[in-house]
This record gives sequence, C-alpha cells and structure tokens, in this order.
Amino acid sequence: MTAISLSPLDLSIAAALVAFDAILSVVLRLQLHRQVLIAGARMVVQLVAVGFILRAVFALHHPAATLAVVLVMSAIAAREIAARPEQKFRGLTGLGLSAGGVAIATVVTVGLALLTAIRPHPWYDPRYAVTLVGIILGSVLNSGSLTLDSMLGGVARLRPGIEAQLALGASFHEATFPLLREAIRRSLLPIINQMSAAGVITLPGIMTGQILAGLDPLEAVKYQILLMFLLAGASGLTSFIIGFGALRRLTDDRQRLRLDRLR
Amino acid sequence: MRRRNGRIDGAMPGAAETRPPTARAARLTVRELTSPLAGPFDLELAPGEAAAISGPSGSGKSLFLRMVADLDPNTGQVALDGAARETMSPTDWRRRAPYVAAESGWWCDGVAEHFSPDRLAAARELGAEVGLAAELFDGPVLRLSTGEKQRLAIIRALVLDPPALLLDEPTAPLDPDSTRQMETILRRRLRGGLSLVVVTHDAHQAKRLGARHYLMRDRKMSPA
Repeated sequence: MTAISLSPLDLSIAAALVAFDAILSVVLRLQLHRQVLIAGARMVVQLVAVGFILRAVFALHHPAATLAVVLVMSAIAAREIAARPEQKFRGLTGLGLSAGGVAIATVVTVGLALLTAIRPHPWYDPRYAVTLVGIILGSVLNSGSLTLDSMLGGVARLRPGIEAQLALGASFHEATFPLLREAIRRSLLPIINQMSAAGVITLPGIMTGQILAGLDPLEAVKYQILLMFLLAGASGLTSFIIGFGALRRLTDDRQRLRLDRLR
Repeated sequence: MRRRNGRIDGAMPGAAETRPPTARAARLTVRELTSPLAGPFDLELAPGEAAAISGPSGSGKSLFLRMVADLDPNTGQVALDGAARETMSPTDWRRRAPYVAAESGWWCDGVAEHFSPDRLAAARELGAEVGLAAELFDGPVLRLSTGEKQRLAIIRALVLDPPALLLDEPTAPLDPDSTRQMETILRRRLRGGLSLVVVTHDAHQAKRLGARHYLMRDRKMSPA
C-alpha cells in the first residue's frame, strides 16, 4: 500500500473552493452560504471523528461494536432525510418514514452483498460491513431526501389539481399517482447519472480510492460494479418505501388529502 | 335557435342533457355536520331544491361544502335519499355530490384530458351553452382565462350527472352573460331533480335559481 499522505495545508488550500461556493451564494442571493459553510465544516469534523471511530471499531472487531456504528449512521441518515424537505410532516412521521426506508434499503442491499458477493469472515467484519453501509447510506440519503422533498413540495403545489380530482370522485391513488411517479423518477436520476458516467466521465470514488491505495485496477473495477448495483437497488428501494409511505400519511380512510398533517 | 331535441345521440352519454335526468334525483340530508373548525350544520334539500349560502369571507362557507363532500375531516350524518355517506366509498360519494372549488384545479396539460372520453361530447355541448368554443377543449389549460376555467370546472362536475352538486362561488369570475347561461343550465338540472348547494355573494343569484337563502356567520349557518 503506497498511499500518499496529505498534510493539513493541502486540505486548507482545497477548502478555498468551498469559500467560493459561499461567495457565489451571497452574490446570487441563494441564501445558501451559511448552509454551505456549515456543511463544509461539519463534513471535516465528522470525517475526522469517523476516522478515529473506525480505527477503534476495527481494532475491537466485535459484532456489537459494528452494529452500534451501523445503527448510529443509519439514524443520522434518517434524520437528514426527514430534515431536508421544505415542507415537513408534523410530529415524528417524517422521521419514521425515513427510518423505515433507510433500514429496509440498507439491510436488504448490504445483507445481499455480505451474504452472497463479498462474504467476509466473519460476516460482520467491520472493515466490510461498516464501509458498505456507509457507501449505501450515501445513496439512500440522496434518493430518500429527493423523494420526500418532491412528494411534500409537490403535493402542496399540486393541491388544487389533486383536490379537484378527489372532489369529482377520483380515488386518492389516481389523483396522486403522477406525484409519486415524479418523485421516484427524480430520486433515481442521480444513480442513473452515476452509472452512465462511471468510468467515462467520472472515476467512481471507491475505485479511485482502491487504485490510489495500490489495488489492481481490474479488482477495483469489480468492486465498483458490485457497489453501483447495490446503490441502484438501495436508491430504488428507499424511494419506493418513502414515496408510498408519504402518500399513505397524506391521506386517510376517506381518501381525503390531509395537508393538515404537514406543517 | 338550435334544434336541441332533433339530435340523434340517444346512445351517447351526452343524451342526459336532452332528457331530464330524473333517475338521478335524490334528497340531500345533512345533520349535525361538525368539524373542529366549523358547524354543527343542518340542511335538508328535496330533489330539485337549491340552497344558496352567503356570508363574509372566512365565515365557513367553503368549509361547509368541503365537509359535505367529505374532503375535510368531519363528523355527523350526510345522506342522499337516506343512503349515508359512510355506506359507500368516498369516491362513490363524491361522484354523487361533486364539489367545485372557487378556484378551479387542473392536473393535465390539455383541457380534454380532464374529461373522461365518453363524457367529452356532453361537455362540449354544455360548453357551447355557456359560450365556450369547441376548440377550447382541444387546447392547453394554460391558454384558458379564469372565467373559461371556471365554466369548464363546473361542466366537469355536470357531466357526471350527479344527483347533488356543491358549487363554491360558481359565477364569481364570470361576466353577466355567462352567469345567466350557467344559471340556465343549473335551473334545467334543478328541474331534473338536482339538489344544489351554492355559495354565492350575489343575492340575486339565489332568487334566479329559486334557492332557499342561508347566511353563514362565524362558521354557523342560519336561514336568511
């Protein structure tokens, strides 16, 4: 392994690029500069902390420690998905939906990978389990938040049309199906882009990382392909679960549109 | 004058326009209709009867119509000819007592897509009666004026041949001519047995429709 070590100075030079985004936001009045800077700082703190935690967990090599890390990561992903949309559910509905989507999508895809493709010994080896969950959660977060945001933003925007259909006797499903379709479609675009661009326009992160770390490119490619499939599956699953779940919470037993459940 | 009765359209759903839809007549009963926001409301309309509700903005007129249509959570009894709302699916109920909001809602790009294909002919006929050119149906919603949208939204409900109809300020964006034409259609439906509840700011409209007049104030309704 011949990875080149980075110095703090190297990183601070790159940080200037984030500052550029913030300036752009101020100039164009996007009101995003605070978010950009906070997100940037947050990313640094989080990653450094995770570096230390992973070191410790790898050293422990205990299923409980692996599970604890995975649970914490998933919980944070669920919280982020629920927090992202401009329109939000009242109470804990958003969090519950996100948690459900995250849990099912992650367990299914990571489980599949650990039990069929990668099969580490033991299967809970944190070097595989934790990293896989981490990669999957990135996609889950993307598609989950896009789905929830399109659903909740869309339903408020399309309310007159949806209610007009309901008022004429259309079922809630008929009236809102286009909304669900649009939300799932939007949430799948990132992974489609990622797959189409992989290797041609972009060199995917895992592959690059492994090559930088000295692995044979073809071995790295195989890993990347597996991961892309997992990411695609996880995106679709999350989107489907959160989209359907959100629709269910937006209606009731009399097929009304319950926007009073949003705040 | 066009020969309305000479048309050979017995097999088409639009035929309902040429013979009075007496089979669709029903008595609308509303009892103790209450929500956390409004009520309790009571109302009884015999087939062919109309109720006109007026009152200041925010007094609960739209809320009342939405509660009857079961679009907002509510308790109480609403029935058509004794058949309670709860005994049928919400979609069946709303098809029998459709609600047309004051601001029309649209969900497709083309006008015609908002009508089921087998009702489009009937819709065009009704459109012609309220001054809507047939071409409007083939164009996009984007090109419609507010008044055209409003007329089309009412027609969307009328072509369902419902026994009851809930209209929220149906003629507010219409000019006097279109208003009269729309009222002519509504009167014809009333003669055919329709139970009509209409929210209106126009006191004369209630008279022209022969409607009983109600006043809504502070989310309570009383005969005027």
